[in-house]
Amino acid sequence: MHIDEETVERHVLAVLVDNEAGILARIAGMFTARGYNIDSLTVADISEDHAVSRITIATNGPPHVIEQIIAQLERLVPVHSVRDLTESGPHVQRELALVKVAGKGEHRIEAMRLADIYRARVVDATTESFVFEITGAPEKIETFVGLMREVGLVEVGRTGVVAIGRGPETA
Amino acid sequence: MAEKSGADILVETLLDLGVDTVFGYPGGAVLPIYDALYEHPKIKHILVRHEQAATHAAEGYARSTGKPGVVLVTSGPGATNAVTGITDALMDSIPMVVITGQVATNLIGTDAFQEADTVGITRHCTKHNYLVKKPSDLAQVVQEAFHIATQGRPGPVVIDIPKNVQVAAAEFSSNAARANTRYQPQTEGDFKAINAAAEMIMNAQAPVLYTGGGIINSGPKASETLRELAELMGCPVTSTLMGLGSFPATSDKWLGMLGMHGTFEANMAMNKADLVVCLGARFDDRITGRIDAFSPNSKKIHVDIDRSSINKTIRVDLPIIGDVGRVMEQLLAVMKGRRFTTPGYDEWWSRIKGWRATNCLEYPEDKEEIMPQEAIRRLWQATHEREPIITTEVGQHQMWAAQHFDFESPNKWLTSGGLGTMGYGLPAAIGAQLGNPDALVIDIAGEASIQMNIQELGTATQYRLPVKIFILNNEYMGMVRQWQELTYESRYSNSYSDSLPDFVKLAESYDWTGIRIEDPADLDAGIQKMIETDGPVLVDCRVAKLANCFPMIPSGAAHTEMLLTEADVRGTMDDQAKALV
Repeated sequence: MHIDEETVERHVLAVLVDNEAGILARIAGMFTARGYNIDSLTVADISEDHAVSRITIATNGPPHVIEQIIAQLERLVPVHSVRDLTESGPHVQRELALVKVAGKGEHRIEAMRLADIYRARVVDATTESFVFEITGAPEKIETFVGLMREVGLVEVGRTGVVAIGRGPETA
Repeated sequence: MAEKSGADILVETLLDLGVDTVFGYPGGAVLPIYDALYEHPKIKHILVRHEQAATHAAEGYARSTGKPGVVLVTSGPGATNAVTGITDALMDSIPMVVITGQVATNLIGTDAFQEADTVGITRHCTKHNYLVKKPSDLAQVVQEAFHIATQGRPGPVVIDIPKNVQVAAAEFSSNAARANTRYQPQTEGDFKAINAAAEMIMNAQAPVLYTGGGIINSGPKASETLRELAELMGCPVTSTLMGLGSFPATSDKWLGMLGMHGTFEANMAMNKADLVVCLGARFDDRITGRIDAFSPNSKKIHVDIDRSSINKTIRVDLPIIGDVGRVMEQLLAVMKGRRFTTPGYDEWWSRIKGWRATNCLEYPEDKEEIMPQEAIRRLWQATHEREPIITTEVGQHQMWAAQHFDFESPNKWLTSGGLGTMGYGLPAAIGAQLGNPDALVIDIAGEASIQMNIQELGTATQYRLPVKIFILNNEYMGMVRQWQELTYESRYSNSYSDSLPDFVKLAESYDWTGIRIEDPADLDAGIQKMIETDGPVLVDCRVAKLANCFPMIPSGAAHTEMLLTEADVRGTMDDQAKALV
């Protein structure tokens, strides 16, 4: 017997929650308990009185699973709202990465040149290393990190995706 | 405002909420609460013998009365022992509030004595849970907990209270309004959707109502509304295990239970229907059988208060989110407004008549041994006029009870459906008896299941509860043995109930009456003696050892591929089927 795999789509969800103890564990645990995937998850409080946090979850799964993920999130008592940004029209996705490369000579020059093309900023430099800060859509970060691998990549830190819908309405 | 201790605030808030019964077991981390209870005799505390039993007793109390069940246990092992019952309540949507003691806040995380991460452990087996860190939060949390447990789709809520929070004081005044606004589930169905549903019903040629535990949860009025709806629609009605009793078994519209051990006519009707109206049920795998062959030619309407139940396993054409009782009322109003006249559905009913003719619940007669199905039928005949409350354990006896004990009204059938917890029946019977002191409460049990919470015999004795236990003793974990016959060529790996106690003597040692029935000729007299004896009675009814529960849809099969008798059993299955539970 073999286990069949289904084709999956990537979706970005914006989730507004009560900023209370255990909420992150509740959400992360719901994903593992029901066998859903988390590609990235970011969280920070966003309201003036620190009562509400916004969680951005990048997930993947077949369409019926994405629908279930949203319903299961809405079922959690501290969850105010869930918006599927991928479904609800144009939106902006951004991620920040800190990328450390080490090397000398031709590799070092090439790293600088690529960073310039990708509009990455140098936030630390020694004679044999750079730390670049780069912001952009996840694909851009992905490509940049891929290029850096060829010129002496040492370490990467990424924030995960934050996203927001275009236009005047709120999520 | 006066200051009170956390323990007093808790107990007074429970009183404000109308709590009269608490099932629990004391321990170090709840001593302050137990001391507060000592001062408040209005709350009746039922001391169980094991915390799991406290949760099942609370479920039995809740399911038979419609009120939330309340549990009080200590930290660490008290809380972990309660986890099975909490999960059971989550799966079967039973309103329950579980108060657990916790080590003092300054000790949390130090591996203190009897410390367990109760909120962590119960996070995914509760509807919601809390760790209360300040006594001033307690009243608000307890009120919200009861609101969440009982509103929307009911479920268990855990409140973990550290010992120092029980001792420390905060300002409190009884009956203060503590508005809760953050959990407000939708109960009213969308008007457009109701109209669309009426349209689909009017166009149907072969409709069937598929009902579930949601009707019971919605309250007795929903069962009345269902009867009215079925009458107006003139169509057949089937139900899940959890929904039994919401529709009377004596009705000519009743098809019996559907699903794995449902009737041939119910499953065939689901398969051949052109419209399935699902009312407060959730297309569980025990109902659907093989998903791709489930009711292939029907349009489907799904009424559920929990949005996540919609399209979870079966895609439906029309979802309606709301309280099923309310939605049925709305639907009736719309159909009456449109002057809906009850169709005859002659062709549909004549097909159903054909399926009914298989007499799928028939079983072989036996003069030597008591057939378990026969025992249930006789039990029903002897007791049904008293409208008994029936609880069960889990296994063959549970399915036989569901098939052969007919129910006329809701809240009389208490069983562990979703989680399938052996050991549920006796404590549930205790809880039901407390909530319904004058009712005849019978736990239909198996000899294996009953041993999982057998210690609760003592609880019934202590509180003089006249519960009856009717054990169908076949000396096997019968459902396990049945599956081994179906799947593993009758290799009975560990399914024999060896070293059984003498149940009659065991009962007597707890001051119960014990009765043994061995001969079919003694069956009626034994049952009669059980009913007529005051106080708790245990019946050890020895039944045919190798009887199996039919009809049955084997795992991975479609509704049309039912095994009707022993003769249909092949003894092996392919790996796809073996991998399904």
